[in-house]
Amino acid sequence: MTKTATPQSSGGDVRLQGISKTYGSFTAVHPLDLTVPAGSFFALLGASGCGKTTTLRMIAGLEEPTTGTVELSGQDVTVLPPYKRQVNTVFQNYALFPHLDIYENVAFGLRRRGIKSVKKQVEEMLDLVQLGPMARRKPQQLSGGQQQRVAVARALINHPQVLLLDEPLGALDLKLRRQMQLELKRIQTEVGITFVHVTHDQEEAMTMADTVAVMNGGRVEQLGAPADLYENPATTFVANFLGTSNLIEAEVVEAGGEELLLKAGDAKLRLPAGRCSASARTGEKVLAGVRPEKVALKHTDDAGAITEGHNRLPGRIKDASFIGVSTQYVIEVPGLGELAVYEQNIERDGRLVPGAEIVLHWNPAHTFGLDAAQDIQAGADLDEEAA
Amino acid sequence: MAVHETTENAKTTAARTPNRGLRWLRRHIITIAGLCTLGYLILPNIVVMVFSFNKPNGRFNYQWQRFSTDAWSDPCGVADLCGSLGLSLQIALWATIGATVLGTMIAFALARYRFRARSGVNTLIFLPMAMPEVVMAASLATLFLNMGIQFGFWTILIAHIMFCLSFVVTAVKARVMSMDPRLEQAAQDLYASPVQTFLRVTLPIAAPGIASGALLSFALSFDDFIITNFNAGSTVTFPMFVWGSAQRGTPVQINVIGTAMFLVAVLCVVVGQLAGKRRKRS
Repeated sequence: MTKTATPQSSGGDVRLQGISKTYGSFTAVHPLDLTVPAGSFFALLGASGCGKTTTLRMIAGLEEPTTGTVELSGQDVTVLPPYKRQVNTVFQNYALFPHLDIYENVAFGLRRRGIKSVKKQVEEMLDLVQLGPMARRKPQQLSGGQQQRVAVARALINHPQVLLLDEPLGALDLKLRRQMQLELKRIQTEVGITFVHVTHDQEEAMTMADTVAVMNGGRVEQLGAPADLYENPATTFVANFLGTSNLIEAEVVEAGGEELLLKAGDAKLRLPAGRCSASARTGEKVLAGVRPEKVALKHTDDAGAITEGHNRLPGRIKDASFIGVSTQYVIEVPGLGELAVYEQNIERDGRLVPGAEIVLHWNPAHTFGLDAAQDIQAGADLDEEAA
Repeated sequence: MAVHETTENAKTTAARTPNRGLRWLRRHIITIAGLCTLGYLILPNIVVMVFSFNKPNGRFNYQWQRFSTDAWSDPCGVADLCGSLGLSLQIALWATIGATVLGTMIAFALARYRFRARSGVNTLIFLPMAMPEVVMAASLATLFLNMGIQFGFWTILIAHIMFCLSFVVTAVKARVMSMDPRLEQAAQDLYASPVQTFLRVTLPIAAPGIASGALLSFALSFDDFIITNFNAGSTVTFPMFVWGSAQRGTPVQINVIGTAMFLVAVLCVVVGQLAGKRRKRS
């Protein structure tokens, strides 16, 4: 494998086949197949300990897979050491060389490949990440955001086929993180290199990535475009980990048509058959899910005004918190527990205060169905922890 | 306290003076304590320095007579002094090189790898620092005698490398242990082969630890007397020369050499500090 990359080289694809990693009796990653298309921005999303970083390190060559193969642009690199792979990594906490200045940090990869005249490339790269004037500073003299950009520049200057990012924004504060998300997305679009991004922050993954793989317990739970994952979660873990979901246990009372008819407590709910990932024959249990922002509230007195055909559930406001763009309600539904509702603050009904009797309603098209055999709480508390 | 003081000040002007003295003392007590300690440390060196300009009447340089630069203009004027000095410098240099190279390798092994003899080696390395020097000196001499090895330059060198090792290992190990392992992974990720990673990243980052170990070794080896005396045979190092001459009379040249060593050491520290400061500024 030659290490001479042309400046115009665009990204390569990554193909993982049956890759797994075990430490003694602990399995960090279960056998896994994953294809990252060339030039895409791919995110591995999951809570800490789910195997996402191990997967990344196996692509980089820093961890040897127990089974399976790693292919880069069609070439099997499974047994190649990291310094012979055309991938570069942006490490968590950046791992900048403390004894070298910014310029030499960025030039490190070029020099190791025996390239003599690095000046032009290094200066261009420092300009790309807007750190030109900082060239002669030491890493510890830079702020967190600046160090992060140096780490990106140091990796990108080598024009790798794939850039691996291991929680690169984890150490930054919220505002800077938002800024760097856009910055990274801009750089990725500009250079066209394949990015594989590991994160525990679902918002970060959805903002930046074209494709997100949600990992849990060493397995990929679901893979798809952010909107797809959000609208059609395949498991309760994905439904709860990506945003918030109301999951309602229900029984199928009528199946066969384009819509399933469900019975939840005393209420009847409708669910498009195409949006139910579980088998749903009459008499079987399913979980009916709906996102909090898709649900609307009406005071019981106005219940007559609800659009015909909407799913409805009667309930009582238990708690309401105003958070600016929206108001978040916790609704107690008799027999079904608590549901969350996010209402945009457009026309606020003064009667919607804690204790008020209301009716929840939503368009049946927004309902999704999940297999009832899963843990209904999976992923819910992890998300809070991560945020 | 402040309120109390103001009322007292308002009452009498006479009370103000001792009060002000006390306050001054309170504010400067740390400076005073610091200066006293510094004086305690530096006074012997100053005495040595001053007496290097003495012209003693007898053979002993213990009483100030009059100012003279005789000793400074002829530092090798005493028989065997410069020879022993040269030998001590030579031994210190080789002992430093030997102990630093070996000690650095041992430190890396101890910090990086888990092997069966690891805790045993750790204890062994610590022993020379903990054991009384006389005991070590005597047992080494016994060892050399039994093996029939001729005492001299080589036995001294071997002994010095042995006790310097522990200091190098301790200094380097602390540095290597605190090093972020991701730095080496980052180097490998950036196309550095294992050899390049060691030379370009690991070694430069461990360098301050290695340097402090080497400096300690040099100082310890240069002024060691006890172990050297047991294992030197007829060879005479500088500390042994000073000891020997102290029986018969101390030449002023000894003070000259002492002063010169002190000034060189101070110069090294000052240059190091200035270089560090400039690096930080740029």
